[in-house]
Amino acid sequence: MSTVMTPDTNETVQPESALRFDLAAIARWVQPEERVLDLGCGDGALLAYLSATKRVVGYGIENDVNRVIACLDRGVNVIQSNLDQGLAGFEDGFFDRVIMSQALQAMHNTQGILQEMLRVGREAVVSFPNFAFWKHRKSILEGWMPVSESLPHQWFNTPNIRFFTVADFTTLCDLLDIEILEWMGFDDRHQPLPPDADLNFLATLAIARLARR
Amino acid sequence: MAVRSVGVVSPQRMVFDEPLRLKSGGVLPRYELVYETYGELNAAKTNAVLVCHALSGSHHVAGYYEDDPKNIGWWDNFVGPGKPLDTRKFFVIGVNNLGGCYGSTGPKSIDPETGEPYGSRFPFVTVEDWVEAQARLADRLGISEFAAVIGGSLGGMQALSWALQYPERVRHVLAIATAPKLSAQNIAFNEVARQAILTDPDFHGGDYYRYGVVPKRGLMLARMIGHITYLSDDAMAEKFGRALKHGAFRYSYDVEFEIESYLRYQGEKFSRYFDANTYLLTTRALDYYDPAAEYGGDLAQAFARAQARFFVLSFSTDWRFSPARSREIVSALVHSEKPVSYLEIESKAGHDSFLLEHPHYHAAVRAYLNQVAV
Repeated sequence: MSTVMTPDTNETVQPESALRFDLAAIARWVQPEERVLDLGCGDGALLAYLSATKRVVGYGIENDVNRVIACLDRGVNVIQSNLDQGLAGFEDGFFDRVIMSQALQAMHNTQGILQEMLRVGREAVVSFPNFAFWKHRKSILEGWMPVSESLPHQWFNTPNIRFFTVADFTTLCDLLDIEILEWMGFDDRHQPLPPDADLNFLATLAIARLARR
Repeated sequence: MAVRSVGVVSPQRMVFDEPLRLKSGGVLPRYELVYETYGELNAAKTNAVLVCHALSGSHHVAGYYEDDPKNIGWWDNFVGPGKPLDTRKFFVIGVNNLGGCYGSTGPKSIDPETGEPYGSRFPFVTVEDWVEAQARLADRLGISEFAAVIGGSLGGMQALSWALQYPERVRHVLAIATAPKLSAQNIAFNEVARQAILTDPDFHGGDYYRYGVVPKRGLMLARMIGHITYLSDDAMAEKFGRALKHGAFRYSYDVEFEIESYLRYQGEKFSRYFDANTYLLTTRALDYYDPAAEYGGDLAQAFARAQARFFVLSFSTDWRFSPARSREIVSALVHSEKPVSYLEIESKAGHDSFLLEHPHYHAAVRAYLNQVAV
């Protein structure tokens, strides 16, 4: 296993196989030396990987102080901010790519943040759990709120406040004049679905690449 | 290993004979800097960290003196073995700035030309001048590059200035509870403090040394004003509220409320050891600091030449240098594509927070410095 040293820090970088499967998928869309903003960047794993392997100029946004500290610990640029207050302070069109992985469903200001992402970024990437995945539908039919790997919480302790599907998201993008350039979907064994698959039925996790129309 | 103090320390002194040309146009033909160091400089000289002090700070950052064990460094909770700025890894330097009153050449030092204290003849010094003098000290210590320059408040301004004046000599900047320039409100508070000193009958135009007096009342008032701005409304409410000194009103202008007692005590204590001219010079250095000025106010452009990585920290209840001021720095750094991290610490203690122990604050600095290669 080869590791890469990032400049000026002690951080050693893990290979792609060590990244969470959805982050590895997102990373494949990122071109070398892009300017990347990662919203809700968690412990900074994706950005650490991207700066080491693709030399991106990357910044993470994270509100939770312990996750901010985790980013600092691995030498990732992290800016603490509450995303529900938008991306004030970032210039229009400054970033090549603005990423939000599995966080949109926990945001109050859903429409605002999508528009902000495409204000400061040329392209946006959004990943989210698909509530219409067939096993989730089955669970509802049987009378229970779905609990799965992509929806790991019980109804009474979930941080998620927006419950939406691939179809719902498509409709919202249309409403906001956002073009969906590309979809990726994954089944519950983390396997990518074929491009022509019915993602709304088969994907437990969906990732969309977006641009302003 | 347990967290502990750096222990007994002793100040050192360096004499500089090469004249220092100041931003104000003044010149110091010869000057001395007093400094302290903690930890060991490694063989490659890559682990040096400079700590810059704020308005009333000094070179005595950590540890204590053998003959004065109660005189503990002003940032002792931050610097030492196992502390956020860990002296087992880093060689830490604290310097008393020029114009200071703790041993470096300042207004109360003897002017070799007259044989008397400089007093009113001491030239105006700026943040940039301090950085220049610190750089010369680094030269003499054989340190060509700092692993990090760290400072809070006015110290944070020096840390930022380092990255602009000597981009190739600083790898990391930690700018804590600071601002890219003072606001009108900040300058206004400074001006009230200065007027208190300047109008004190014992000030004698700055040459009070000659008369064997000090403008004690002015300096006390200046410090009282300062203290109000260092604390948050919440912290004052919690610490003092409307608590009375004597349990009931006495209908007098003597101390009625505990907050008055606190401010008078702090002001009086300060006026016994701090030099009024140093206070004037230092508040002016704060007022003058504005690295964006020569770029038409464009801070991002000012930062363009920086090569360091930055970590900017603010405190939620700091209204002297509020989180919004730190975010101005962060935005400008992002706009010039500089590596920067930012954290706003939830703290009740206002501007003073940067000097206090706080678990998230210290954990964040520890984490950041942990990944700094030496």
